[in-house]
Amino acid sequence: MSEEHIKNEITEAHLHAYVDGLLSQADASKVSDYLIQNPEKADEVADWAAQNKMLDNLFSHEEAELRTQDIDLSISVDRPAVFAKFLRVAAMIAIVVAGVASGWVARGTMPVQNVSLQVATVQNARAAHVLYTSEVLHPVDVGADQAAHLVDWLSSRLDTKLIAPDLSSSGFSLVGGRLLPSGDNPAAQFMYENGAGQRLTVYASPGNEEKLASFQFEKWDGFSSVYWRDQNLQYAIVGEMEREQLIAIATNVYRQLI
Amino acid sequence: MPIPTYWVSAIFFTDLGCFDDLMMNKFQLELKKSLPDLWRYAFALSRDRTNADDIVQDCAERAVRKRDQWQRDRPIKPWLMTILLNIYRNQYRRDTYLRLVPIDDDQSKLHERLPAPSSEQDRIELAATAHAINQLPPEQREALLTVVVGGLDYGEAAKTLDIPRGTVMSRISRARARLRQIRALENGSVRRIK
Repeated sequence: MSEEHIKNEITEAHLHAYVDGLLSQADASKVSDYLIQNPEKADEVADWAAQNKMLDNLFSHEEAELRTQDIDLSISVDRPAVFAKFLRVAAMIAIVVAGVASGWVARGTMPVQNVSLQVATVQNARAAHVLYTSEVLHPVDVGADQAAHLVDWLSSRLDTKLIAPDLSSSGFSLVGGRLLPSGDNPAAQFMYENGAGQRLTVYASPGNEEKLASFQFEKWDGFSSVYWRDQNLQYAIVGEMEREQLIAIATNVYRQLI
Repeated sequence: MPIPTYWVSAIFFTDLGCFDDLMMNKFQLELKKSLPDLWRYAFALSRDRTNADDIVQDCAERAVRKRDQWQRDRPIKPWLMTILLNIYRNQYRRDTYLRLVPIDDDQSKLHERLPAPSSEQDRIELAATAHAINQLPPEQREALLTVVVGGLDYGEAAKTLDIPRGTVMSRISRARARLRQIRALENGSVRRIK
């Protein structure tokens, strides 16, 4: 780092910067040349360097590492106030609605970090939706009457705390859920039904990614899906309904998972 | 399973909650990496290990609460050191001064706890330097420690100490001259360390 560019004479400031390692290599060699020719200054600078060295030795890096390794940073992470969150979600919805109203659409490229992972997961979620929602006798493995057990079981399998979101405000009630493969990973599917017999599924599987992804909406034949990724899991909500309705439900789910 | 062609309508909107979490991860990582250096700085300032622990913990908590104030394109350490210095100045500085106990006790305590240098002579040097630094006026001491132990350049140190850059330089200059003087005086008389 070059703090003091030596243009003309070498000043005391340059000498301090030299000792503190703040000069460029070119400037530092100018100073060392100067010191060779000025032994008194050289003595002084050598003393400063010795002081620096002592200071470095006095305060051990190893001890500092040891004493700070257990500092808990998570305690103070305060979740944003519910109201602030609600405002943000409302803002999100407003943006989406505006996007829909203006007919804005992005075709082709999806600027998402891990497109293949997303594509595979959404495919799996859709396939599972199509397969099981058409089942009359056994649409789910574990019914809503054992909801607590269902959630415990799937949480244990996915090694993450899951919940079965409450979608009653959207008119949907829990039918139950099942465990599914997602490649080599486990995935959880929760199925919901409304008064008209329409079904939707909430699909969750591990992400193993650090990169988050915000809501991705897709439409295929009569089916729509909303996909997103957070720190632990990928989610895909699948249903046969209009975009706004599905996004509203996805938002509802998302808010409950925070 | 054949991949159906589908019309993809991707609606991208920043989910502010997710974005926040991503930024939080980066922040936590940077903060965690800085903790050992912060501890050294706190220990250098307060000369007490337990106080250093407390100061760093306090600093970390405040940093998390104030994380929105950190400008992400800037290095995090100077920002953290500013927080830490304020904690030290407001709560601990008075204590440090009061703990300037008689010379012999002070040196023997240090002697026990110093990192193991290679020779007895080095031990004596270290103890003497520690003692000399404690004799500096606080503003000179803090300026010197902020640069030498904190590792900041003069501009960053100026911001952390909340003084003009020129003032940082002159305090460091005086601190160094003073230390030189103290050591010269000490070397003039033989001291035995218990």
